[in-house]
Amino acid sequence: MIHYLQQLGASVLNRIAGLGRAGQLLGQALIAKPAPLIMFPLLIRQLYFIGVLSLVIIVVSGLFIGMVLGLQGYTILVDYGSEQAVGQMVALSLVRELAPVVTALLFAGRAGSAVTAEIGLMKATEQLASYEMIGVDPMRRIMAPRLWAGFISMPILSMIFAIVGIWGGSLVAVDWLGIFSGSFWANMQASVSFSNDVGNGIIKSLVFGFVVIWIAVFQGNDCVPTSEGISQATTRTVVYSSLAILGLDFLLTAMMFGEL
Amino acid sequence: MSMQSDLHIDVQDLTFHRGDRTIFNRLSLSIQRGKITAIMGPSGTGKTTLLKLIGGQLRPHDGSVIVDGSNVHTLSRKALFALRAKMGMLFQSGALFTDMSVAENVAFPLRVHTNLPDSAVDDLVLMKLNAVGLRGAFQLRPAELSGGMARRAALARAIALDPEILMYDEPFAGQDPIAMGVLINLISRLNKALGHTSVIVSHDIQETLSIADHVYLISDGKVLSQGTPSQLLASNDPRVVQFMKGEPDGPVPFHYPAPSFEDQLFKGVEQ
Repeated sequence: MIHYLQQLGASVLNRIAGLGRAGQLLGQALIAKPAPLIMFPLLIRQLYFIGVLSLVIIVVSGLFIGMVLGLQGYTILVDYGSEQAVGQMVALSLVRELAPVVTALLFAGRAGSAVTAEIGLMKATEQLASYEMIGVDPMRRIMAPRLWAGFISMPILSMIFAIVGIWGGSLVAVDWLGIFSGSFWANMQASVSFSNDVGNGIIKSLVFGFVVIWIAVFQGNDCVPTSEGISQATTRTVVYSSLAILGLDFLLTAMMFGEL
Repeated sequence: MSMQSDLHIDVQDLTFHRGDRTIFNRLSLSIQRGKITAIMGPSGTGKTTLLKLIGGQLRPHDGSVIVDGSNVHTLSRKALFALRAKMGMLFQSGALFTDMSVAENVAFPLRVHTNLPDSAVDDLVLMKLNAVGLRGAFQLRPAELSGGMARRAALARAIALDPEILMYDEPFAGQDPIAMGVLINLISRLNKALGHTSVIVSHDIQETLSIADHVYLISDGKVLSQGTPSQLLASNDPRVVQFMKGEPDGPVPFHYPAPSFEDQLFKGVEQ
């Protein structure tokens, strides 16, 4: 019994210490004198790896999710004779929920896991230690560009997801099922508010991007530097990110749209 | 010059634990400026850990490491990084940056810490690579190098800035006889020509003794013996004799601490 209590206490303490280390990492990586000449090329490189290379999966998923929304929306709404509202339904569900959440989940799976594995392997092969001994802070050189690239690319990816999704919805609803395009777009325009719907969607994606890339960089830096440790850290990145995204989404939705 | 100002690295009462295991127990040693100091001992005695403690990558549980008069572990992060710019370290695995070519690896410390024009950096890189015999391999990626070549490329990177302190972690392991001869020569020439302090961690006795000015023999977290190579070779201490001659039987155990063989055979490995 005492043994179990001890184990429980130790695991709680470990988690709290982990949170502390994660906060410390964020501080050491982001709070520093700006050095744009050094940082800019590194940031561009990471934006390419984290953002641009995620485009394919984001565009393809956005397209299919938009198409499915158009199809499902039509089959349900046509019973009530209000199939013109498909545009509104597709746009609102994408902009408010699906674009930030699904993009963040895909982003955690594609970019987050890659970042964790890369940093973990750098740790295992003593490259991080090597940077330190050369007198270059790996927090600034390795962690910071990845964190910024995640913060910047996630909202953009989420917007691209929403745009492609809406286009996919119109493809199915207007071009295939024959809804009048005027009512499809006009309904959408009338019901989607920029500040409430689009703005809140962007805020969500900013929060998710921050959390996902923070988890990914921290897990990579904090992993046990063995092949097993790296594989566990990569798994943890995806699991923790997904849980954090879904939990935070509920909180944010309650705060943004709770009074409706 | 007095003994005091000759002191470059002073390790005082260093204690370090890893889990329940005590790696160092009040270890003290002093490394003289401009000399080649070898730290030897059976594997698992924490020689690499000692280098990491000197470089400030690990924190000791007790005691201190004084480099050039400042305590490494009480320095601010900024001051520590400034101090490290004066140190070069050759890692056991080489630890080359895998996203850069060999030449970019060697150029990296120069680009970070100096404002030299590109042409000067290129010249320096080629000179350093020539010294380790890898001038022709400048375009290769670290993944394309053999273990020994990677270590030599890493040495070129470590000496790029002509640091005041050079720490070598097992520089001779995995080198072919020719490269080994060149390396021994190189380490000793670098030391003589540039006057920097070299710390070599190794258990290649012949090679290390041939260039070391002073040798520390570490075992069980303490300094077992120290002196010039000839003093150690002439030692009568059975533990020193055993290590120097590489004998399996003697007071220094070859085996990791274990229960009796008979007990363990009956119990099996699975507890």
